[in-house]
Amino acid sequence: MATVEVNRVSKSFAGRQVLADLSLTMGEGELVCLLGPSGCGKTTLLRIIAGFIPPESGRVLVAGKDVTALSPSARRMGMVFQAYSLFPNMTALDNVRFGPRVAGRPKSEQIARAGQLLDLVGLSEHADKYPHQLSGGQQQRVALARALAVQPQVLLLDEPLSALDAKVRVQLREEIRRIQRETGVTTVLVTHDQEEALSISDRVAVMNEGRLLQVASPSTIYREPSCGFVARFIGSGAVLRGVAEGHSVRVANLALPASAAAAHVHGAAVEMFIRPENVRLQPMNGQLPPGAVGVEVRERTFLGSLTRIRLTLPGTDDQFSLWADLASEQAEAFIPGSRVVAQWDEAAPRVMPDADAGLRNG
Amino acid sequence: MKAPVAWLFIGAFLAVCATFLVAPTAMLAIQAVTGEDGFTLAYIETLGQYRYRVAFEHSLYLSLASATAGVVAGGLVAFAVLKPGAPAWLRSLVTSFSAVAANFAGVPLAFAFISTLGTLGLLTMLLKRIGLDLYDMGFSLFSITGLTLTYSYFQIPLMVIIITPAIAALRPSWREAAEILGATPGQYWRHVGLPVLAPSLIAAWILLFGNAFSAYATAYALTSGNIGLVTTEISAVLSGNVAADPQIGAALSVGMIVVMVTVLAISTAMTRRASRWTARS
Ligand SMILES: Nc1ncnc2c1ncn2[C@@H]1O[C@H](COP(=O)(O)OP(=O)(O)OP(=O)(O)O)[C@@H](O)[C@H]1O
Ligand SMILES: [Mg+2]
Repeated sequence: MATVEVNRVSKSFAGRQVLADLSLTMGEGELVCLLGPSGCGKTTLLRIIAGFIPPESGRVLVAGKDVTALSPSARRMGMVFQAYSLFPNMTALDNVRFGPRVAGRPKSEQIARAGQLLDLVGLSEHADKYPHQLSGGQQQRVALARALAVQPQVLLLDEPLSALDAKVRVQLREEIRRIQRETGVTTVLVTHDQEEALSISDRVAVMNEGRLLQVASPSTIYREPSCGFVARFIGSGAVLRGVAEGHSVRVANLALPASAAAAHVHGAAVEMFIRPENVRLQPMNGQLPPGAVGVEVRERTFLGSLTRIRLTLPGTDDQFSLWADLASEQAEAFIPGSRVVAQWDEAAPRVMPDADAGLRNG
Repeated sequence: MKAPVAWLFIGAFLAVCATFLVAPTAMLAIQAVTGEDGFTLAYIETLGQYRYRVAFEHSLYLSLASATAGVVAGGLVAFAVLKPGAPAWLRSLVTSFSAVAANFAGVPLAFAFISTLGTLGLLTMLLKRIGLDLYDMGFSLFSITGLTLTYSYFQIPLMVIIITPAIAALRPSWREAAEILGATPGQYWRHVGLPVLAPSLIAAWILLFGNAFSAYATAYALTSGNIGLVTTEISAVLSGNVAADPQIGAALSVGMIVVMVTVLAISTAMTRRASRWTARS
């Protein structure tokens, strides 16, 4: 168990910067998810931590010790790959005892340790099976046990669940979390599934284009995204570009209530973010109540107990959408094409400076 | 493909096999034990004669040595070319060269070797000039060693061609998993790389062995039959160069078939052991 510190790491491939001066510190026994869109550099960062790729600049420290120059085999880390990384010529047990075996541990110790770990991942009965005789989920459990068999200081997982079907994925991610807690090993898990990241991490690190945008607890990331990108990437919700005007944000000539706008300079370019669970709808009858916005119903998506309704601001050519989640039986009343009244608590929207505004305006 | 259609092709294949392999083999076997007065083991017994014994020894040695050299050297070449970081053009160059070289055999190959490594060959003369007299040191292109060397010329590229896909199929994640678990490259190869490749290596070795064992033209062109191989002896019998009965040719052929079947049986057993872990077994 150890702290991990990634210190100002940069990396380019063929002149293209993939990681830009990136720093991340992890506490002992912490589980951090690296979350970001495809190609943002998650795997590259993980492989730099593992030692498969040397960083161009910057350092990696484990338990305070600089390991940047060490080979992967000298780093005492465990790694689980996306899929098919078990040695095909070995049984589950032999796969798990591979680490202790190449380290020259006595055979009885290797087998005892491998047995314990197979037990931990719930596969004792399958110890003598070859990888091709195991399901995808079972294979990943064996891979996890194999990685833990060397008593790693750090556990690295690169989308270990992405090749599995949804149900197994949910089961196994909970199991990874349980095992991670039991062993207390500091863990980095790469994923581009935000639900996965939010459900099992101590902290989520949201990446885009080689930078960390926000590193925070799942609930903070969800409730207080630091920028429009994080807001868009995590969960669902509307991010509307506009201008701060007192206690509201002006979007296409509509003043949308948002008390947080007051923290910004009057006239500053901002992004307003509001989640579907915060938006309430009611039928349009006569006058708009103060603080309400007239919107048009576009589509309804049935999600089981909830129905998600896409709404557009009038006169904006479909450019500005927001969403409202309603109990499904309530949602029946809101027919696509109709005008309705949307309302939200003034304090609900987050208002963030619009990072791209400068670029867009030239 | 529908099952009946598939069976049509398999049936045709089996019919061709029966016509050109099984039937002639059976006829050879019958011919080898049939004399003027019916059944006889006399022809089979002639295989024990010095001349034919030596031919079998030469053929076996040449096939074993050139197949082993081919597997080892060709395997290393393929491995080096496929190493991550090796330039892509190198791979296509080696593959195309191998495709040509693997089929370079017979008289042209013998000629090429004579003009480079013969008594007056280019390389021989060149080495002589820097004080290395190959033929003084006991080397001769027209010996069994020379033959082995010449055969290696097509065995190695053949190995490169057949083993490249198997090596390319080794997943980088196996090597990386081994590495991060603390294994040295040597440990990775011993415990993972070679065991996974073993069935392919055995199959390749058999192919190379058979390739050398049945080769004829190269050896004949190089030694004019001075070094007896089973194939050149059969040819001598059939072309009437030696006063021998055609039945001896049949007996020699049967001997060859027995050798090949034995080698195949051993390799099949080895392959089965080596591929316990695959889906097929
Ligand atoms: N060995 C390499 N050579 C050249 N470019 C590379 C190499 N490895 C990665 N890249 C590039 O670096 C960028 C980041 O790649 P990386 O694999 O880290 O992304 P990722 O976030 O893991 O994406 P994904 O979610 O698709 O796995 C990509 O644009 C990729 O094309
Ligand atoms: Mg990746």
